[in-house]
Amino acid sequence: MDELLQEFLTETGENLDTVDRELVRFEQDPNDRDILRNIFRLVHTVKGTCGFIGLPRLEALTHAAESVIGQFRDGATVNSIAVTAILETIDRIKDILAELAEKGQEPEGNDETLIGELFALAEYAKGELKQQPSAPDSVLDPVAAYLARHGQVAASPASVEDVVFRSAPGPQRGRDGRIEGNETGAATEEAQSPSRSGGPATLRVNVDTIEHLMTMVSELVLTRNQLLEVARRQEDAGLKAPLQRLSLITAELQDGVMKTRMQPIGNAWSKLPRIVRDLSAELGKRIELLTDGAETELDRQILDLIKDPLIHMVRNCADHAIELPADRREAGKPDHGTIRLAAYHEGGSVTISIADDGRGLDIDRIRRKAVAKGLATEAELEKLSDAQISRFIFHPGFSTADNVTAVSGRGVGMDVVKANVDSIGGTVDVASRPGLGTTIIIKIPLTLAIISALIVVAGEDRYAIPQIAVRELVRAKAGDENRIEEINGAPVLRLRGRLLPIVSLPGLMACPGGEQARRADGEGFIVVTQIGERQFGILVDSVFHTEEIVVKPMSSKLRHIHLFSGNTILGDGTVVLIVDPNGVARLVGAAASENTENEPRETAAEVHRGERTTMLVFRAGAGNLQALPLSLVTRLEEIEAGEFQRSGSRTLLHYRDRLVPVTPVADTRLRSEGIQPLVIVSNGDLTVALAVEAIVDIVEDSFELEMAAAGERGIIGSAMIRGRATDILDLAHYLPLNEPGWFAAGRSAEPSGRILLVEPSDFLRDMLTPVLKASGRIIAALADFSAASLAAAGEPIMSALLDLDRDSDAAFAFATALRERAKGERLRILGLTTCATPDLHMRAAQAGFDDILAKFDRRALLSELNAAGTDLRHAA
Amino acid sequence: MSSSASPPPVPTAPGFGDSLDYVTIRVGEQLLGLPIGRVQDVFIANRITIVPRAPDEIVGLLNLRGRIVTAICLRKRLGRPVTLKLDGQGRPELTAIGIDHDGEAYALIVDAVGEVIRLDRSTFEPLPVHLDRVWAALATGIHRLADELLVVLDLDAVLDLDLRSAA
Repeated sequence: MDELLQEFLTETGENLDTVDRELVRFEQDPNDRDILRNIFRLVHTVKGTCGFIGLPRLEALTHAAESVIGQFRDGATVNSIAVTAILETIDRIKDILAELAEKGQEPEGNDETLIGELFALAEYAKGELKQQPSAPDSVLDPVAAYLARHGQVAASPASVEDVVFRSAPGPQRGRDGRIEGNETGAATEEAQSPSRSGGPATLRVNVDTIEHLMTMVSELVLTRNQLLEVARRQEDAGLKAPLQRLSLITAELQDGVMKTRMQPIGNAWSKLPRIVRDLSAELGKRIELLTDGAETELDRQILDLIKDPLIHMVRNCADHAIELPADRREAGKPDHGTIRLAAYHEGGSVTISIADDGRGLDIDRIRRKAVAKGLATEAELEKLSDAQISRFIFHPGFSTADNVTAVSGRGVGMDVVKANVDSIGGTVDVASRPGLGTTIIIKIPLTLAIISALIVVAGEDRYAIPQIAVRELVRAKAGDENRIEEINGAPVLRLRGRLLPIVSLPGLMACPGGEQARRADGEGFIVVTQIGERQFGILVDSVFHTEEIVVKPMSSKLRHIHLFSGNTILGDGTVVLIVDPNGVARLVGAAASENTENEPRETAAEVHRGERTTMLVFRAGAGNLQALPLSLVTRLEEIEAGEFQRSGSRTLLHYRDRLVPVTPVADTRLRSEGIQPLVIVSNGDLTVALAVEAIVDIVEDSFELEMAAAGERGIIGSAMIRGRATDILDLAHYLPLNEPGWFAAGRSAEPSGRILLVEPSDFLRDMLTPVLKASGRIIAALADFSAASLAAAGEPIMSALLDLDRDSDAAFAFATALRERAKGERLRILGLTTCATPDLHMRAAQAGFDDILAKFDRRALLSELNAAGTDLRHAA
Repeated sequence: MSSSASPPPVPTAPGFGDSLDYVTIRVGEQLLGLPIGRVQDVFIANRITIVPRAPDEIVGLLNLRGRIVTAICLRKRLGRPVTLKLDGQGRPELTAIGIDHDGEAYALIVDAVGEVIRLDRSTFEPLPVHLDRVWAALATGIHRLADELLVVLDLDAVLDLDLRSAA
């Protein structure tokens, strides 16, 4: 494209953004002639350039806009109609510019209406100006026409009072309680005025040139580091002095080049006033946007990345947080809401806060939503503080908006913001006070190109951990106050009275399968890392020093490894990977499943990837560990042994208005005094209390079940849980199956028919079978769909429970086949999954599934099956 | 940086005229040819940074004159077992071919590098139909030499690790 045109486009784009912003400001403060002059100058420049390059359409538009602004400059009343018209013109100009950039020439089109409107407004303003000294009962036709077009009834000609009223300094917005706001407005204005009046001499430089310069400086920094490394080893005084100088100059050069990449954050804000203005009109709210610290500088690259999240958050504030004027008045707040945007430097990073004085987050609604979405259980939520609960808004797909508006509320929002901020190594946090407002605080690094990092050693390799994530370094020693301890195999560190989860870097970096021998002596260096509110420690073998490193992006072939955010070359020429604490945190969350993914490779054939199950681990006498899926447990109780009632060989407990048999698990001895821990298991109307020696832990993990020998009673098999062999309790053994009279009364009179269970995990199959059997059903449990089709060919099936996690396509195909074979007979097909997505639901419905259940939701499962049974009886 | 700064000397389009230029390499006994236009460097590396959790084919990261290069093992790519050559101090000695692909620098680790040869187009033949599928996906054709055969590799396919599914 023509170089001249290219230049014109960049410049005009910038100018128009400024006009956008200034106009909104001007509308609020029509007395500020400085702003007006600036706008006029900018529009005039654009017009001039258009004429010069030969863009008639743009020239005509800008000319018309200029004539209206010119009238304002001469003292005409500023009204929102005129401002809207000018803003509309600017939008049109932008459209044309966009097309111009694409095709290299002005698009065809007709702007006569808009231009006519603008001229009419200018005429009107001119008329008003003429008559201002006398009575202003002037010709209002153009405005009337404009109003009519915008669907508003033209009021009677503006009276004297009206004109006077309007030209007064923003009385509608009122000065009540806004003194502070005006002050900050004035302050930013002052800060901006020098740059506006001429400003320092600037030079437009191609971004590529700067990028290249940056790369070269990065190389220089590396070379300097290399030289320093060499000098450290050699005692050569002659080398020292010049090297010192080189080092200094390099640092200065680096600073200088970094500065050229810096841009004031105000650039990312420039669109916001306009957006807020349009939104307030659209939503019928009155919103004021205050900005502070627009001159705070940020790396260009980062600026680009946070631009959209910022816009999104301001939209959110306007749409959800700020109430309608009437509601605000009721709450005793001023009619207009305020969104306050502030940015400032803070220790090598930039903090941006977006605060509103709206209604605040609805914690209860977030709580409900979190439960509904399965992000947490009620019990888990109870333990969380309000601040922790508010952080759920950053979860993907989480939106508390009742209505989806055009503006926001589609559930893509805060999660995207968080992802964006995460990706540049920043953090987001939210603080909210009901009724008073919400503040979102974003912390981002100044630049991505050169960071200071801590060099650590894990095994034989060095790694870099970005300093921004490092809170402190702790040396852990056995017997010391800071020592590493283990809870069932999971290392933790006692740090100032708190427990910190520890991740072993050598362990993480070890090749799959080879579990690094964990340091049994409880010694090592711990890099305490903070991601958002989560703190965890990274255990490393040793720590070197902090070094300025030049971040180079990971090769595209390795970018999928979230553990690393990039790589760099150290002073000695070694390539070193930069650890991404976010990735580590994410990996740790999923570490359990990852580990089991790796293990099976060694013992390939018979084991399979286990599903994650939450297990209750308890001791059952003689140090024997047993476990039971938590989903099968109703409650955990501690009962005074005196409350037990003995009748014959049985021990009973009066529990919740019922007599419940107490059964000791394995070698557990029932206590005759003191507190007896009990695991209450109920199944429909049947409840038993399992007496255990002690409750040990609740573990979420995936397990490989080794089947028990035939002779062993009371256990299904055993599994490694947190590195310890643990027996899995066979619930069927403890449920009084052999005493039908005991519980038959509460059970449905007839079994609801044969059930086909297809579940590839041995573990789950074995857990589900007793549950189903205990409720009196005939069950065929199979591992895969090919075996299942054989089984299904035989006897008729009433219900089918199909696993959807392993191979959903096969499950869908099988379900379709079942439906066909059933030929309209009653058949209930239920999908079992650990992760129900809307997509899965949809596909399942298409394949003929009646419903999808969470794999461990036993209650739902039984009630669904009972529903099937009832259906059947009704049908019969 | 320097490797990208100095472009290969001669006009590089393979198939220019009637002759084709190749850098010859060996993996095991097999002679392979890389179009010379794509080869930036040939170098020996003995310090490599292993990347945990990386795909099997990726040996690690190398520092080639200040540039970070992703090293891909050609042996592994061709479905051959990997043998490590060690130098005198017990460090791995890697013979690497520097290649640029999609603006990123890669190093292909090979067993040995031979000379650059110029071959006549008339000796070029398509791949035999019964060639191993992995090889077929990575090669473009074969040259008949006097005493052996030279398999011409398709570097884009070799570097496209997603093609592994063909294996």
